[in-house]
Amino acid sequence: MTKDAPLPSAAPRATLTRMRVAIVDESATRAAVIGEGFAALEDCELFVVTERRGLVARMAQIDPDIVLMDLGNPSRDVLEEYFTVSRVLDRPIAMFVDESDEESIGASIDAGVSAYVVDGFAPHRIRPILDLAIRRFSAYSRLQTDLAEARGRLAERDAIDAAKRILMTTRRLSEPEAYAELRKTAMNQGRRIADIAEAVVTAHNLLGGAL
Amino acid sequence: MSAAFSIGFLPLVDAALPILAHEHGFAREEGLDLTLVKDVSWATVQDRLLYGQTDAAHMVAPLAIATTLGRGRPAQPLSVPFVLGLNGNAITLRPDLAARVNPAGGLGVPADVGAALQVVVRERLASGDPLRFGVVHRYSSHNYMLRYWLKACGIQPDRDVEIVTVPPPFCADALDAGEVDGICVGEPWNSVAVERGAGTIVLATAQIWRRGVEKVLAMREPVMEQRREEVEALVRALRRAAQHFVDSEALRAHAGILARPEYLDGNAELIERALADRLLLHRGGDLTHFPDFMFQYREAANFPWVSQAQWLYTQMVRWDGTGFSSEDAERAGRVFRPDVYRSALLGTDEPLPGASSKVEGSLTRITAVSTQQGNMVLEDNRFFDGLVFDPLHIAEYAESLP
Repeated sequence: MTKDAPLPSAAPRATLTRMRVAIVDESATRAAVIGEGFAALEDCELFVVTERRGLVARMAQIDPDIVLMDLGNPSRDVLEEYFTVSRVLDRPIAMFVDESDEESIGASIDAGVSAYVVDGFAPHRIRPILDLAIRRFSAYSRLQTDLAEARGRLAERDAIDAAKRILMTTRRLSEPEAYAELRKTAMNQGRRIADIAEAVVTAHNLLGGAL
Repeated sequence: MSAAFSIGFLPLVDAALPILAHEHGFAREEGLDLTLVKDVSWATVQDRLLYGQTDAAHMVAPLAIATTLGRGRPAQPLSVPFVLGLNGNAITLRPDLAARVNPAGGLGVPADVGAALQVVVRERLASGDPLRFGVVHRYSSHNYMLRYWLKACGIQPDRDVEIVTVPPPFCADALDAGEVDGICVGEPWNSVAVERGAGTIVLATAQIWRRGVEKVLAMREPVMEQRREEVEALVRALRRAAQHFVDSEALRAHAGILARPEYLDGNAELIERALADRLLLHRGGDLTHFPDFMFQYREAANFPWVSQAQWLYTQMVRWDGTGFSSEDAERAGRVFRPDVYRSALLGTDEPLPGASSKVEGSLTRITAVSTQQGNMVLEDNRFFDGLVFDPLHIAEYAESLP
């Protein structure tokens, strides 16, 4: 199937109306980041669902054409059950409109997003939405990774501060001397200062010392 | 050089065998380097498997069959070379409802609890607020066991009671909030509901079908054929994990491993109880020992009996209302691959049954069976209503079901 060919059962309504896109995400922050990207799309009406309870009733109310859901949301099974039983989306297709488009499907999974698409839309209308969803979800996971790294750096700084205090108290060193001592040991052992600091703190705790 | 093999799983106690095969080095000894990929919905476990992000998956058995038959999604043939365990689920009701339908406490008698439940079902129907049950997935043994029991007790699912999908981590919440009146779920989620005072366990699914197939190791059929030798190595590693799993001395260590953040990220004490077949049925009570609550190894529990896959197919027909097809029944049966299990374990000290299919629910006592190698017995494998499933007469069975 070429990208521009309409699906065999394309319904007239689908080509005339704005598409109703629902983003289901328990993280309001992520939903906001994802949703922001959709604000610019003119032929989309966006609905963000962050509340887990009453999901099925909310879906019935929204009557979406496309549902985007984070792969890490346990409620995916609830949503799929709803689609199967209610037949609201005649033929919901997980991941992508074209089963043979492995690359795009892989990108969706990597980005951590699943998409359910009502049958009857031309792929050229769906495609930009899914691509956008993939980009926004990826951007959000990058943000999360950056945040985790930043948190890690903060934790390292805490460990170095604690190790300095231990050396200052137990060996009566000044702060610069304590730091120099950590740095020297790290260089001699070919390890990072943060690792040496953590070892000092662990050893100190094991030996019953209070910080 | 070892072969990389990734296995998707849901954080449930019965994901134990792949986890232990990895942690105890059984996989490494077979030349496999396992990576375990945790997800929180069956849909995502299935997506990763179907689109090649994982090589195999811990899966509710009916879902492997539904995927092969193209129920709910385009068909993709899956294969099951190893069963990860039998039973291990329970039915937990809101405490007030449990007190009403099982006043004596303890694990109830399925027919008695069902009879008492029917009275409540009628009342609630009359008041326009039918009882509602949660199961973990439409294509799960939980759904089929619950429905089997209700129907045999004269309660018609979807007409007399509602059955909805509730993800395991939300079961306790859903009971607590009154969104559902009962759940059928695996461990540790019944126990979590009990600990929170949100539920009381009234039945184990092992009381509905004494030897009911539960989770399986599922793979895409072409992947299994292409990587046949590695798959057989995996079967051997899982079998050793199963053998070790049932070592009563090791239960605490198993629970400790399973409780880790990268696996179940849960309470080791609750997990250990399930492994030891000991359950706290209601908050503040004593532990109840129910032998074979979980059944992961003995009596060739891991053997993929074709008859079990076919029984699941009869339940799929029954509840999906799709009509029986002998061709589908055969395709469903072919999902389970005793031939792979056999060739993996031929020449080991693991007993292999002579047959690949059996009459389910016909045994009332310990029975020696003919084998391909070793000695083995099968024990009581009855359904609580005494029905028997003969795989030579699948269509008749499917038609005869109430």
